[in-house]
Amino acid sequence: MKGSEILIEALVKEGVEVIFGYPGGRALEIYDALYAEKRLRHILVRHEQGAGHAADGYARATGKTGVCLTTSGPGATNLVTAIATAYMDSVPLVAITGQVSVGQIGKDAFQEADMTGITMPITKHNYLVRRAEDIAPTIKEAFYLAGAGRPGPVLVDMPSDVCRQSTEFKYPEKIELPNYKPTIKGNPRQIKQAAELLKNAARPLIISGGGVITSGACPELAELVKLTKIPVASTMLGLGAAPPDEYFLGMPGMHGTAVANYAICAADVIFAVGMRFDDRITGDPEHFAKQAKIIHADIDPAEINKCVPADVPIIGDAKEILRELLARLKKEHFERRTEWLQQIAAWRQKYPLRYQKDSRVIKPQQLLEALNDLTGGDAVYVADVGTHQMFAAQYLRITAPRRFLSSCGLGTMGFALPAAMGAAAARPKERIICLAGDGGIQMNIQELGTIASEKLPVKIIILNNQWLGLVRQWQQLFYQGHYSHTDLRGRQPDFLKLAEAYGIKGVELKDPQLFAKQLKAALAFKGPVLINALVKRDENVYPMVPAGGVLNKMLF
Amino acid sequence: MKHIIAVIVDNKPGVLARVAGLFSRRAYNIDSLAVGPTETKDVSRITLVVHGNDDIVEQISKQLNKLPDVKKVLDLSQGECLSREMAMFKIHATAKTRKEICTLAHTFRAKVIDIAEESMVVEVTGDTEKLNGLETLLEKYGLLAVVRTGKIALARGRK
Repeated sequence: MKGSEILIEALVKEGVEVIFGYPGGRALEIYDALYAEKRLRHILVRHEQGAGHAADGYARATGKTGVCLTTSGPGATNLVTAIATAYMDSVPLVAITGQVSVGQIGKDAFQEADMTGITMPITKHNYLVRRAEDIAPTIKEAFYLAGAGRPGPVLVDMPSDVCRQSTEFKYPEKIELPNYKPTIKGNPRQIKQAAELLKNAARPLIISGGGVITSGACPELAELVKLTKIPVASTMLGLGAAPPDEYFLGMPGMHGTAVANYAICAADVIFAVGMRFDDRITGDPEHFAKQAKIIHADIDPAEINKCVPADVPIIGDAKEILRELLARLKKEHFERRTEWLQQIAAWRQKYPLRYQKDSRVIKPQQLLEALNDLTGGDAVYVADVGTHQMFAAQYLRITAPRRFLSSCGLGTMGFALPAAMGAAAARPKERIICLAGDGGIQMNIQELGTIASEKLPVKIIILNNQWLGLVRQWQQLFYQGHYSHTDLRGRQPDFLKLAEAYGIKGVELKDPQLFAKQLKAALAFKGPVLINALVKRDENVYPMVPAGGVLNKMLF
Repeated sequence: MKHIIAVIVDNKPGVLARVAGLFSRRAYNIDSLAVGPTETKDVSRITLVVHGNDDIVEQISKQLNKLPDVKKVLDLSQGECLSREMAMFKIHATAKTRKEICTLAHTFRAKVIDIAEESMVVEVTGDTEKLNGLETLLEKYGLLAVVRTGKIALARGRK
């Protein structure tokens, strides 16, 4: 069997159903093997970055490993941002890139780029396959590594001659990676310590992160909250893991809720699970949660003590750790910590998320609240990066895991449209809503072509404030209102005509009295829709903790 | 504080780049580096000398341990260890100074391994201080070239 056919067989064996890709010279052999291939759906994107983000969105929406495929050189380097995005957010991804033939490597051959070198710091691991015999075991390993432990992207570079060579196809049963053994079960002694701390705490708080979703530990988290009556805040990557009940405080950090930030500053015990103390969450780490003993549970040992020192570290899978913790705590009886919960209720009441409605113009927050009403939470939201993303994280009610997808760690503008495409391919029966700013949407706008031709029924909402809004906010607050190159007014395409050009229905929203009805109709439309929502131009995101600040010193 | 870190790796293409890249990417400076085969086939040992506080070194070790090609990471500075490096000094030497240099070399248990009309090469093995000491003494004759290996190290005893 030819190398390229082995590659496809291996993908099928791994249970791959969808590949996002773009052909090219050094991928010809692989694309020939895909010709008339019925077992895999290949989605032709319009730019390789789109393929990477689409595979990422597919993975985030399902928990399965996403797959993208490109040619060598420029095709492969176009994946770099998407790979880095997946790496920062621990998304399982296998990126397959064509490469020049083995003999040409290092000779600056046409469309040659050293992809294993380039992606070394942004992949969990990568491979340059030098022999056809190595293809099957490499793919097996790549999928294992992408999904195991803390997930992440793996790149497999496939020289064109290796794809042409023939060999016998034998898919390995087992993986031989003696050095890679992630710790799954938490240390019982540390779990016991954590249980003691949580039991005896006066002002405990849980901060839940993306790892809880990755490990499928949402039921365990909900059970823990219910049992212990401990309030819970969630990182952006973890939104949807904790049920939005009375104990849920929303997202902490730079644009987090005041109640979550105050709770962190006042807590005496913090149980951080599946999160990594990103600077957007902690502000100045020296002043983070000064009163709290910190229990840090994560599957990646390197996250322990990286940013914030842990009093009780627990290395392991969130689900396992939460199960063990529950087993210990179930024997206990937890009273409501009245004083603490009253304090939290007081903060919540005094500092709610708030904005002023305007009778002349739609407020972005208002549009998001309308979405809550219209969908009842029954949607997969894919948010781009910027003000709309922060508003979305604040205002949307995310009721289940894998319903809020966004580039949280890398902050990649241009992520949402292709990622929504991936989510739509993965979950065809669900309502996929892409939220983007007028800046970010243009960074991968070409994917409207993919959405149209693949008939992916994504509802694309541009929260159009004609600014690079988040940067504008910083310029206003910290750069004396020097709006350097952030004003997009008069520099935008006609988004409706653009939609029309791609054969996509376009809708404009601008009337605060009428928009909800129009939005409802647009969401009910069968195919893809591009909704250009003209929103208030200079609506800042508050609360805000300035970069490197302390969480209880917020701007409102 | 200086740390001597030994990284035991599978001898695969690109593994040195992975290990070294990890240091540079997290802005840790490598003072010296030595790579060579070990008692086990297809396994190499990379010995690195880095300086940084214990937190940084802890972070480096954890990051290294995550690489699938890395079998083991040892911080040899934690216990007693033996360490050596080697240097070759090419010195300006004439018939007049040759003898003096030979005596110096002898005192340091260094070997003269080449003599030319106007130069000599001295080979020396030892710890960093010894090598530095000899280098300082040889400076006055005129050092034409200095080449030093990275440090290699082993834990004492059975460890």
